[in-house]
Amino acid sequence: MKTIAALLHEHPFFQGLPDSDLDFLASCAKNCVYHSGDYLARENTPANHFFLIRAGRVAVESFVPNHGSLCLLTLHAGDIFGWSWLFPPYISAFDAKALDEVRSLRLGGACLREKCEKEPSLGFELMKRFARIATERLQSARIQLLDIYGPNPSHLGKSP
Amino acid sequence: MIPSVFQVVHRYVEYPGTFTLHLAKPRQSTEGFQPGQFNMLYAFGTGESAISFSDLANDDGTLVHTIRAQGSVTQALERLREGDSLGIRGPFGRGWPLEVSQGKNLLIIAGGLGLAPLRPVIYQAQRDLLGAHKTYLFYGARRVSELLYRTELQQWSRSLEVVMSVDYGDNNWPGHIGVITDPLQATGIDGANSVAFLCGPEIMMRFCIQVLLRKGVPESAIYLSMERNMKCATGLCGHCQWGPNFICKDGPVFCYRDIRTWFQIHSL
Ligand SMILES: Cc1cc2nc3c(=O)[nH]c(=O)nc-3n(C[C@H](O)[C@H](O)[C@H](O)COP(=O)(O)OP(=O)(O)OC[C@H]3O[C@@H](n4cnc5c(N)ncnc54)[C@H](O)[C@@H]3O)c2cc1C
Ligand code: FES
Repeated sequence: MKTIAALLHEHPFFQGLPDSDLDFLASCAKNCVYHSGDYLARENTPANHFFLIRAGRVAVESFVPNHGSLCLLTLHAGDIFGWSWLFPPYISAFDAKALDEVRSLRLGGACLREKCEKEPSLGFELMKRFARIATERLQSARIQLLDIYGPNPSHLGKSP
Repeated sequence: MIPSVFQVVHRYVEYPGTFTLHLAKPRQSTEGFQPGQFNMLYAFGTGESAISFSDLANDDGTLVHTIRAQGSVTQALERLREGDSLGIRGPFGRGWPLEVSQGKNLLIIAGGLGLAPLRPVIYQAQRDLLGAHKTYLFYGARRVSELLYRTELQQWSRSLEVVMSVDYGDNNWPGHIGVITDPLQATGIDGANSVAFLCGPEIMMRFCIQVLLRKGVPESAIYLSMERNMKCATGLCGHCQWGPNFICKDGPVFCYRDIRTWFQIHSL
């Protein structure tokens, strides 16, 4: 059976990190399986975890009154979910629901924060990786808002 | 160039406002054409619109066009029923350079209605006529209900790597929800050994090109189909001029390396 450090090593998020760092982080991680319909995180509840998705699909959703849950994006093998554990008040902004069997590595937020404080160079490396993904997600959200497939993309910013 | 009269022999609604017409010229065979070329479809009494071929030349001589009703001409085309007539001039323009995919990964990237001009390329890839090492289809649309050629997409996924993405979908949708640039970014391809054919709204192509360049696909291996309003379609009226090019005769398919300058000028 593979060790947690070896599983961390396989995930693109941690690619290129030295084994010593992965061994150091492994104590924060747990191998978790979610079944279809299970929630990895719920909106407005404490955000205690950071997820590395190894297999399966996760829907990032928000509940819209009079409509129900609206899926904003799906995440797949190789993606990560969750950075609300990084900043106070450590509250999840979205629901994350397994759409099929999801295999993931779940890292404790408090544990990760502590490790990053203890090892600032590792902390900086991880923050750069989070920042890159957060920027990509922001870029994607903006493109999604532009309604790029329509004949007249986006009515944003136009007077009615 | 005088339009020939064609008849609608089959009409199919892809989704409300978007339809596919199969057209035949009574008692005559039709001219050959290249995938990526277009015809001018003339709705009698209303006017003409440029519409791409959305199928290969059929043995029975029918032409296939997929059209989204936008303004007066395309709405008039939408009102045509089986047995009705319309005029056709064409084929026009330069199509997809199919030979460049020989031995390479072929990335076919379509947004919304942009799948129509690429469908003939997909048919060729499926029949293994392009010699591509591996063919990928990335197809993005706003919603699941606005995907073209739904049943065919399933068939294609048996022989090609098909990745679909919609902006809005529910939990029954097995593909991606989000923007098409995300799965494109996530695909592990050797960019330097890939060629990409793109068709869709310009803004979508711009974002996809950024991803392709980041993945190491050379500018010279990126081809896109440009759309501008057409009038003569023969390079005479200047209506479709774009930088130094006339889209109707130098395009609509261009190599990104050759048009990058014009692609980045907002007012063009
Ligand atoms: C080479 C080429 C291939 C094309 N292939 C197809 C195709 O396969 N299927 C299809 O449905 N359409 C295609 N088009 C677009 C089609 O030609 C236009 O939608 C059509 O001419 C609009 O005419 P209309 O009279 O219905 O609308 P108009 O009244 O002329 O316009 C209605 C609205 O559409 C916009 N519009 C018009 N022409 C274009 C255009 N070329 N690109 C973007 N917006 C436009 C106008 O600004 C306006 O907002 C193609 C265009 C080109 C240049
Ligand atoms: S449409 Fe007349 S020059 Fe192109």
